[in-house]
Amino acid sequence: MSKNALATGLICLVAVLVTSVFFWLLTDLVIHGLPRLSGPFFVEASQNAGRSGGIGPIIVSTALILLVAIVTSAPLGLATAVLLSEFTRPGSLFGRLVRRSLDVLAGVPSIVFGLFGNAFFCIYLGLGFSILSGGLTLACMVLPLLIRTAEQGLQVAPNDYRLAAAALGMSRSAALTHLLLPAAMPALVAALLLAIGRAGAETAALVFTSGYVDRMPDSLLDSGRALSVHIYDLSMNVAGGDANASAAALVLIGLLLIINTIAMSLAKQWRIATP
Amino acid sequence: MSLMINTKKDNPGAAYTLGPLQAGPPCCVPEPLIQVDNLSLHYGAKPALAKVSLDIYKGCITALIGPSGCGKTSFLSVLNRLTDMIPDCRVLGHVYFDNKDLRHPTLDVQALRRDIGMIFQKPVPFPLSIRRNIELPLREHGMNKAADLNARVQQVLQDVGLWEEVKDRLEAPAQALSGGQQQRLCIARALALRPKVLLMDEPCSALDPIASGVVEDLIQRLRGQYTVVIVTHNLAQARRIANYAGFFWVKERAGCLIEFGQAKQIFEAPVHELTAAYVQGKRG
Repeated sequence: MSKNALATGLICLVAVLVTSVFFWLLTDLVIHGLPRLSGPFFVEASQNAGRSGGIGPIIVSTALILLVAIVTSAPLGLATAVLLSEFTRPGSLFGRLVRRSLDVLAGVPSIVFGLFGNAFFCIYLGLGFSILSGGLTLACMVLPLLIRTAEQGLQVAPNDYRLAAAALGMSRSAALTHLLLPAAMPALVAALLLAIGRAGAETAALVFTSGYVDRMPDSLLDSGRALSVHIYDLSMNVAGGDANASAAALVLIGLLLIINTIAMSLAKQWRIATP
Repeated sequence: MSLMINTKKDNPGAAYTLGPLQAGPPCCVPEPLIQVDNLSLHYGAKPALAKVSLDIYKGCITALIGPSGCGKTSFLSVLNRLTDMIPDCRVLGHVYFDNKDLRHPTLDVQALRRDIGMIFQKPVPFPLSIRRNIELPLREHGMNKAADLNARVQQVLQDVGLWEEVKDRLEAPAQALSGGQQQRLCIARALALRPKVLLMDEPCSALDPIASGVVEDLIQRLRGQYTVVIVTHNLAQARRIANYAGFFWVKERAGCLIEFGQAKQIFEAPVHELTAAYVQGKRG
């Protein structure tokens, strides 16, 4: 057998293995979870520690936590990315320091963010176990990812635009708002997406901050249980909760897929609508 | 190829601001608009230009020729202060534009760049519509009335001979235009700001021969009303269009101006032997 055929065979094998793991996982979830999925499952409150009933309040809590995380991290992240990519000289001490700190932060395990969030937001700032604490903790956690991805997106925007805009006597901020940000928009949306995905899948950082309470939250200061925490709790702590855990996991995967699709199509439309 | 712009009756209000194609150089009285005195430029520790002195004459086309990497583009970037955007770039010497110190720290750089426009080797249309490409810098400089903007857009597109080609699709993306059209759009965009000087960095080298010819004719028509400084590797082109020519060469790893004078003299009776060898195609 030629080397080429061998290589092709190996690559195909790896591809099949990787996809089969995903499909195995998905099939398992569908087999166990699909029978539980129904209209009421999405709106009803969970009963009997989650063994029966639905995930209505949990979906609401998850959405609120994600909302808090994105609303706080997106402007901060975008501003920092713009600062790093447009207003910091390459190789400057400030830029290097910020980037290095972000890389370190990105490598910090989420449980550490959870402990930090618990100490800082819940106790020090007195927000208690609440959706606000959880969202803010997640915001801290996704910031490094958001900033570095957005920064890369801005750097991909052709340098020609910067030069051409400057040669036309346009200010840097005008070039940024009219040319660079629109050009980087797909990458920025992708960054936001990655952040939402990361935040939505997070469990450890939320256990200590937004808590376990599975009631419908009245306000952002109420404790709320995120979907991932719900899945964790059902499969680890509640005997007989596996079926509902699978159903909730299916919902989580479905939600992430939907967010993905919407954001991608938005990015596409942006591109078409900008000219 | 017809070089006269056709004057359609359906645009009575549109005045063409560029004249028809003129006969070859020389055409003008030498009156310096930009004076460069002992200009040196370093990127970090690396010298790029050493002690260049020359005058750019008003209304004329000045061609800068020489091999790659001899500092011609760097020289252009000094003239509209694009060098400000390059970290570690140090400039020494004096440059006067309209008798004002062009390198003065308090000079309004945005206003300077409005007066001294630049065209790049690769056309850089913004990812916007044809109309927005021209309007965006105009709006930046405070022109907001739709009527004024429309008139200016039409006028500059007519000046570069693009109007008839794009008048029905002004809202179409500029990046869908052909390379030559894109370059003419970029020239139109620069002309829209009513500059005094246009710096052109090999504006034809990324274009096919026909598009290149169209842009070259356009550059010829800029003569008189605009002062043009053009960097070109195309010696035949420089010979055809330039009134004045400067020959750059690398000496001791920095770009130097070897010879400067009327284009006719540089091409037909060069004083320096390097110039002679280069314009005859023996070196470079």
